[in-house]
Amino acid sequence: MFDETPLVEIRGLRFGYSGRTIFDGVDIDIQRGKVTAIMGPSGTGKTTLLRLIGGQERPLGGTIRVDGASVPDLPRRKLFELRKRMGMLFQSGALLTDLNVFDNVAFPLREHTALPEIMIRDLVLIKLQAVGLRGARELMPSALSGGMARRVALARAIALDPMLMMYDEPFSGQDPISMGVLVKLIRELNDALGMTTIIVSHDVNETADIADYLYLLSEGKVIEHGTPKRLRQSGSEWTRQFLEGLPDGPVPFHYPAPDFAQELLEFPVS
Amino acid sequence: MIATLQQLGMWALERLERLGRSHLFILRVAVGLPELLARPGLVVQQIFAIGVLSLPIILVAGLFVGMVLALQLYNTMVNFGAEQSLGPVVALSLVRELGPVVTALLFAGRAGSALAAEIGLMKATEQLSSMEMMAVDPLRRIIAPRFAGGVFAMPMLAAMFSAIGISGGFVVATGLLGVDSNAYWSQMQANVDLFDDVVNGVIKSIVFGIVVTWIAVFEGFDALPTSEGVARATTRTVVNSSLAVLGLDFILTALMFGDNG
Repeated sequence: MFDETPLVEIRGLRFGYSGRTIFDGVDIDIQRGKVTAIMGPSGTGKTTLLRLIGGQERPLGGTIRVDGASVPDLPRRKLFELRKRMGMLFQSGALLTDLNVFDNVAFPLREHTALPEIMIRDLVLIKLQAVGLRGARELMPSALSGGMARRVALARAIALDPMLMMYDEPFSGQDPISMGVLVKLIRELNDALGMTTIIVSHDVNETADIADYLYLLSEGKVIEHGTPKRLRQSGSEWTRQFLEGLPDGPVPFHYPAPDFAQELLEFPVS
Repeated sequence: MIATLQQLGMWALERLERLGRSHLFILRVAVGLPELLARPGLVVQQIFAIGVLSLPIILVAGLFVGMVLALQLYNTMVNFGAEQSLGPVVALSLVRELGPVVTALLFAGRAGSALAAEIGLMKATEQLSSMEMMAVDPLRRIIAPRFAGGVFAMPMLAAMFSAIGISGGFVVATGLLGVDSNAYWSQMQANVDLFDDVVNGVIKSIVFGIVVTWIAVFEGFDALPTSEGVARATTRTVVNSSLAVLGLDFILTALMFGDNG
């Protein structure tokens, strides 16, 4: 029977550093088999949220459970076991620069399985075929474009067939074709491999196109959540400003500053 | 006054905290070392990158140091009619002192800086972070093989430095200064002791290898993940490991040879 409990369950999450609050009581549920997007302006801690789910950061308060396990309380060995079932696509791709494309994708397989090399070869070729880069397997990361590097990193992230796939800003800095390829891949991989997907992004249209559910974060809190259709009809001014990309609104265009006319008339004392 | 004292206190506390962190770091690396026995290929790669690629600078430097040593020592020794003892004096200077120390200084500049920059950049480009998310411990997969490779390569490089230095000294002594070639080698055989001189020199080079590689991998791993952070880590590696080598050399020399007088 299909498990109805959320794969990732975050309750009352608090996190911050250097006196700055990043999250202040955040509740998020990531449903199994769905593509859930976490969106919000730059600097709202979206990437930090992925690092918290992956156990790379420890929360100051609240709970983070992945498949029933409390991530911050897991001993190192158990945490590593859990991470084998998670894939993460970093914004930069984070390919190992001393290995070629093939060896990068083979890396997790060689580290975590005792499969013979012939089988690893087949698995790597299957993953590279899925991202359309089987022909680029001999290339070094320095010879790849940004979009290709991200696709190789994606092939590597799914090498161990994870239950949860996390994408950190997958569309930023991509040309329209690469972006289209990534959008298609993320949705298709989620459905074909039966994964659960979390996308962290501020690219509204691309993300809303493929997401089943959206969370909007700002200033340490969840502002609103729901299906893309429901959020597009939201009455909240903040949500409308964010989703429609309006330059001014509840999030002001200007950084807080004294009165402009007053400041122009003042002579700086040096 | 109080502010200055506070700043001094903060500075000292930060240094102490970093020192403590570096010890915990090397302990965690040491725990991962036995696993490398199952994957010797990782260490061999690093011995190549750290040791073999450092050979040109070590060999050229060793040759010139040996040649200069022979010239300088001859000028003094000839005044005492002791020029036939040039061989052992060159050999002892190299094996006991210059071999390990100069090799360690060159090693810090060539291999230590490269290690710190490589690891720092891996951190800055999220490679270490991605490895952690792939459930691979970077301390075991990246740091431990580099540490083992450095510690293994350093004594070999020091031995080659001394060997080529002695050969350079021989060329100058016999070809340029007219020292008898048999005297150069036989006096050396008679006066250089395997345990007192050669083994002590090897112990020094092993200690320097551990210290320089430790500083290099720690500085790289602890670097701020920015271009400035990596630059600082590289500089600190060369400066700190050079000073550590010179300071440790005094301590080791005092312990090994201090009671001869």
